[in-house]
Amino acid sequence: MTDRITTTQAQVPLSLSPDTVTPSPTRRRRRRRGASSPVLNVFLILGALLWLIPVYWMVNSALQPERNLLANPPHLFPDAPTLENFQGVLTDSSFWSAMGTSLAAAFLTVTVTTICSLLAALALARFGFLGRRSLIVAILVVQMIPAEALFISQYRMLDGWGLLNSVGGLSLLYIGGVMPFVVWMMRGFVSGIPEELEQSAMVDGCSRTQAFMKVTLPLLAPGLVSTSVFAFLHSWNEYTLALVMLSRDTSVTLPLWLQSFQQGLRGSDWGGVMAGSTLIALPVMIIFAFVQNRMTSGMVSGAVKG
Amino acid sequence: MSQEVKFRRPSMSQRLAPYGLLAPAVILVLVALGYPMVRQFIMSFQEFGLAQQFGQAATWVGLDNYATIVADPYFWTVLLKSLVFCAWTAGLTMVIGIGFALMMRSASTVARTIMNVALVVVWAMPLIAALTVWQWLVDPNFGLVNFLLTSLGLSQFQGFSWLASSFWTFYIIASAIIIWASMPLVTISVYAALTQVDEAQVEASELDGANYLKRLQHIIFPVIAPVVALMGVLQVIWDLRVFTHIHVLQQSGGISTETNLLGTYVYQVGISQGNYGVASALAMVILVVTLAITSKYIHMLFTRGELQ
Repeated sequence: MTDRITTTQAQVPLSLSPDTVTPSPTRRRRRRRGASSPVLNVFLILGALLWLIPVYWMVNSALQPERNLLANPPHLFPDAPTLENFQGVLTDSSFWSAMGTSLAAAFLTVTVTTICSLLAALALARFGFLGRRSLIVAILVVQMIPAEALFISQYRMLDGWGLLNSVGGLSLLYIGGVMPFVVWMMRGFVSGIPEELEQSAMVDGCSRTQAFMKVTLPLLAPGLVSTSVFAFLHSWNEYTLALVMLSRDTSVTLPLWLQSFQQGLRGSDWGGVMAGSTLIALPVMIIFAFVQNRMTSGMVSGAVKG
Repeated sequence: MSQEVKFRRPSMSQRLAPYGLLAPAVILVLVALGYPMVRQFIMSFQEFGLAQQFGQAATWVGLDNYATIVADPYFWTVLLKSLVFCAWTAGLTMVIGIGFALMMRSASTVARTIMNVALVVVWAMPLIAALTVWQWLVDPNFGLVNFLLTSLGLSQFQGFSWLASSFWTFYIIASAIIIWASMPLVTISVYAALTQVDEAQVEASELDGANYLKRLQHIIFPVIAPVVALMGVLQVIWDLRVFTHIHVLQQSGGISTETNLLGTYVYQVGISQGNYGVASALAMVILVVTLAITSKYIHMLFTRGELQ
C-alpha cells in the first residue's frame, strides 16, 4: 500500500539515525500533529460509519425475517437472525440462470479484453510509432463518449446482426466499452517494468518474444490481475446496456434479475431483495479486498504520469 | 524478427509490429463504439422511426430532427435540469471526496484504516445493489431514513415518499446515491496522490509560518492537481449522462416525466417510443455538450506535453 511504504520509509531512517537521543524536530512535529487532532479523527470515523450505513442495512435486512422488517421501530440489529431470505434466493432457478448469463458475459469480457489490451499496451509502452501520441489522446477522448448516448445505435447494430438477447453481442459492447480504460491501465503497468530487463535477457540470447514471455510477463502478473478485475466489474455491474440489449426474460444478467425481482414483488419481500443484493455484492467485495490497492495505483499512476 | 531487434536495424516487421499489436484492441473498439457512432451520426439526419424498423427505407430529413429537439421546450427543461444536477452532484462529490482525502492525510492510523475499509466496501458495492438498498432506506413506511427523521421530531416525514412527492426530493435521493457511491474513488485516488506530496517541503513551509490554506494552495494542490482534474472530469461525464440511477428510481414508483435527465430522455424517445432519428440527434447533442464541457481538459492534455 502506498502510504504504508512512504510512512515506513520516513520512519526507518529516523529510528536508525545515530542521534536518536535528541529527537529530531521532524519527529516532534509529527507526534504533535497526530495527537492534536482527536476531533478530526472522530469526524473521519463518523464519516466512515455514515458511509457504511447502506451496506450495513443491506446485510442487516437480509438476515431478518419479513415480520421484523416491517416492524416499527425497525430492528437496528438482526436480533433474530435467519437465513431464510438467502435460501429463498438460492433456490430460485431464475437467480441461477441470471448468474450463468452474468458469468458467461464476464468471462468473455475479461478474456478478450485482457489479451487485446496487453498487446496494445506493449505497443504503446515499448514501441515508438507514427500516431502514438494521437492514439493515447484518442484513448482518453473515447472514454468521454457517453455510452448512454450510443445505445440506440448499438441496439440497431446488434439487432441487424441478430445478436440481441445474446451473451456474445452484449459482451462485444462490454469489451469495446472497457477496452480503452484497460489499455490505459495496462500501459502504466508495462511502463513500470524497466525495458533494460528485457534487453539484458536479449543480450543473453533470448529473442524479443522470449524475453517478453520469460521476463516481463511474470512481472506483469499483478497488473494483469488488476485489469482483469476491472473488466470483470465492468461487466458484472453493468445495467444500462443489459437492459437495452437483453429484452427477453430468459437471458438476463444478475443486475436485471435483481431489478425485476424487486419490481415483481412490489416491495413486499425486502428481505429477499436484500439477500439477492448481498449475494451480488459479496463476490465483488471479496475481490476488492484483495486487489484494491493495486487498482488504485494503476489508475492514479496513469493520471499522474499522463 | 528478433535478430533485427538485437542489432537495432529497424526492419519492416519491426516497424509494423506495434500496429499488429494494436490491431485487435482497436478493431474491437471500432466495432463496438466507432461503427455505432458513425451510424448514429447518419441516423440523426434521417427520418428513422418504427416504419424504418420494419424495413422501410430511411429518408433524409437534414436537420429536421435537431430542429424538432430545439423547438421542444421539454428538451430545454431536461437539459437545464441535467446541467444543474451534474454541477451540483459532481461538485459535492469532489468537495467531499477531497475533504476526506485531506483528513485522511492528517488522521491517526486507526481512523485512516477505518475510513479505508469503508471506502473499499462502498466502492465495491455494485450499482444495482446500492440502488436497491437505497430504495429500501427511503421506503415511505418502513425505511430507515424516515424512521430517523421522525425520531428527531420531524413528524412530517412519517410515510413521506421521497421518490413520488416532487422532483426535488427525487433528485436529492438520486444525488445522494451518486455522491455516496462516487466519493470512494475520488478519495482513494486523491489520497494516493497526496502521498506524493513532499513532507519536508510542507514542514519547511510550516516553520516559515505558512498557514494551512497557503500550504494547501502552494504545495499540496499542485501535486494532486492532475488527479483532481481527471476525477473532476470523470464525475462531470458520469453525472451528465446519468441513466441507471434515474431510470431505476423512476421504475420503482418515482415520478418520471418531471425527473427525466438527458440519459433517460434519450432512452424514452428511442427505445420506448421507437423514434430513433430524434433519439440519435439527441444523443449527438449530449455528446457535444459533454465534449464542450470537457474540452478544456482534453486541450490541457494535448498541450501539457505529458503524453509521452
